[in-house]
Amino acid sequence: MIIQGLAFYLFAAITVAAGVLVISARNPVHSVLFLILAFFNSAGLFVLMGAEFLAMILVVVYVGAVAVLFMFVVMMLDISQAEMRAGFLQYLPLGAMIGFILVMELGIIGGSWVIADNVDKNFVAPIAAVKTTNTEALGNILYTHYIYYFQAAGMILLVAMIGAIVLTHRKRLGVRKQNIGDQVSRHPSDTLEIKKVSSGSGV
Amino acid sequence: MPLATLPSLTPALPEIFLAIAAMLLLMLGVFSSEENNTRMVSYASVLVLIVAIPFIGLVTEGRSVTFGGAFVTDTFAVYIKALVLVSAATVIIMSKDYLKTQGIERFEFPVLIVLATLGMMMMISANDLIALYLGLELQSLSLYVIASFQRDSARSAEAGLKYFVLGALASGLLLYGMSMIYGFAGTTSFDTLARIFHDSHNHISVGVVVGIVFMLAGLAFKVSAVPFHMWTPDVYEGAPTPVTALFAVAPKIAAMGLFIRVMIGPFGELGAQWQQIIIFISVASMLLGAFAAINQTNIKRLMAYSSIGHMGYALIGLAVAGAAGDAALRADGVESMLIYLGIYMVVNIGTFACILLMKRDGRMVEGIDDLVGLSKSNPALAMILSIFMFSMAGIPPLAGFLGKLYVFQAAIQVELYALAIIGVLASVVGAYYYIRIIKVMYFDDPVDELDRGISLEMKTILVVTGVVIIFFVFYPAPLLTGAESAAAALFHE
Repeated sequence: MIIQGLAFYLFAAITVAAGVLVISARNPVHSVLFLILAFFNSAGLFVLMGAEFLAMILVVVYVGAVAVLFMFVVMMLDISQAEMRAGFLQYLPLGAMIGFILVMELGIIGGSWVIADNVDKNFVAPIAAVKTTNTEALGNILYTHYIYYFQAAGMILLVAMIGAIVLTHRKRLGVRKQNIGDQVSRHPSDTLEIKKVSSGSGV
Repeated sequence: MPLATLPSLTPALPEIFLAIAAMLLLMLGVFSSEENNTRMVSYASVLVLIVAIPFIGLVTEGRSVTFGGAFVTDTFAVYIKALVLVSAATVIIMSKDYLKTQGIERFEFPVLIVLATLGMMMMISANDLIALYLGLELQSLSLYVIASFQRDSARSAEAGLKYFVLGALASGLLLYGMSMIYGFAGTTSFDTLARIFHDSHNHISVGVVVGIVFMLAGLAFKVSAVPFHMWTPDVYEGAPTPVTALFAVAPKIAAMGLFIRVMIGPFGELGAQWQQIIIFISVASMLLGAFAAINQTNIKRLMAYSSIGHMGYALIGLAVAGAAGDAALRADGVESMLIYLGIYMVVNIGTFACILLMKRDGRMVEGIDDLVGLSKSNPALAMILSIFMFSMAGIPPLAGFLGKLYVFQAAIQVELYALAIIGVLASVVGAYYYIRIIKVMYFDDPVDELDRGISLEMKTILVVTGVVIIFFVFYPAPLLTGAESAAAALFHE
């Protein structure tokens, strides 16, 4: 128990500290690296909660794909830190005030939090008493009970793909593209010309 | 492990049809010759949207729920879906010439509209917070893309980007609210939520109320009600005109349907908590719509403020539905709102058809000044635009007047007198800028004439919408009975 407690505080403290460093680091690349640190520690928190599938997905998707993508974007953009920090002091009082009010409100909400009576009867897909792994439990509902959500999410991704193509794809003239069909269907007789060269006369 | 049974697909038949059709249309566009694939896909999309209408009619026998309670169809969904499908199909027809003259004729445009319509239908039928969110995002994502469809124009790109950033913020608010409600109830299903709030309406925690407020904020953004309207004028002005026409009708009607379903369904018992917020949003939208439109010189911006105002009037109906007491009176509120939305759709389609015809030397113009002398150069168009403007201003006996009348009547029935009085006053102010357009057309000296040619499709749209607006007073029965049974479906207990 005590090791679990210690591990929780370790992961939680590093997550929060890394989160603060993400927004305070001077170098954007360092920000992304701290973000990766925060992701790893959040994954650790998920493992502690017994959600090992989510933990692994967090590492694979967020660290493996999203953070690396961020890294590319950050390196491609020319972000001037000095420019972004201009006016920081000017907006600080207002920002701090809004932040303070938000924290107070969240405190009030959290402090007076009530959970509905018999909440365990409301769950749509309660985890069976029989011990199953996360992956199995998710797999059992994702393509059955949640097929509608799964398909709807697929449609959203389709729209994202169409959107990216519509907004960025341009037809350029004078670009030679590979056409595999043409290549494969080419016949030797289209390109090769066999000449009989009579000896002694040259081509 | 027992095998899961296949969920009943019949209630979701129109959605499944649209989803498959959209993918087929995409394939059709990609693999057909490039000269006329836009035309072909456009016509096919219109056909698909029209064929979907009998599909939604097919499945209406009471209330049917499927996909583990995530999806619901009832007469309410049928009514709103019919409006959405009709408006989306009309917009595709209207966009045909515009896309060609602007050089943005690409087959993805109708496909994206079909996908947006699919998203709208999914959110209208949502019976679960996750289903609601997924439908909303499918709709919004398609709309972000078509807002910046004219990608070489800085204004169009700006419109798309603004809509996207603010829309993402609104989605964030909505999700935050949903997470709070889930944290209280442990479920995302509307039916279960309704049962929980029914059982425990005496001790509702602050967290739930805050969650509802966040959800209201997110939904108010989608219907562009004050104070979440800031994006509307810029996006309406910057987006290509047919896209603006679509924004003004289909997504708004769908979002209003969603708004009604969420407020009456899971949170119906908590009217005391959200009614005041709706009243505030409604009053603020009516007033802003009336006053901010006065100084506008661009007709698309004017229509943006006008639609903010109209959303305010429609929300009066929701405020009525939030009143405690008689279910019949509350149903009247929803009914008046549905009638209002139906009329709003017709008059907006007509007006945007007129705006799409505002061309000079083949180029689109959007200034109100450009309408000068239209009564001489094109009397028929001036006449029909005047009818639409009079209807929006609420001049009897046109349809717009009756829509407002039903809404105010419903408000007075539940003693929301202040709301009705402010509504009447705001529509008096609003009448100023609608009638100013008529004055410009009829009484100002012409400078340059607008182009004349009107295509057959546009003529048909103008004549049909005009006839509906004029003769609605004599034969309102179809819309009234539709709205009545739709509203009754929500108060089914």
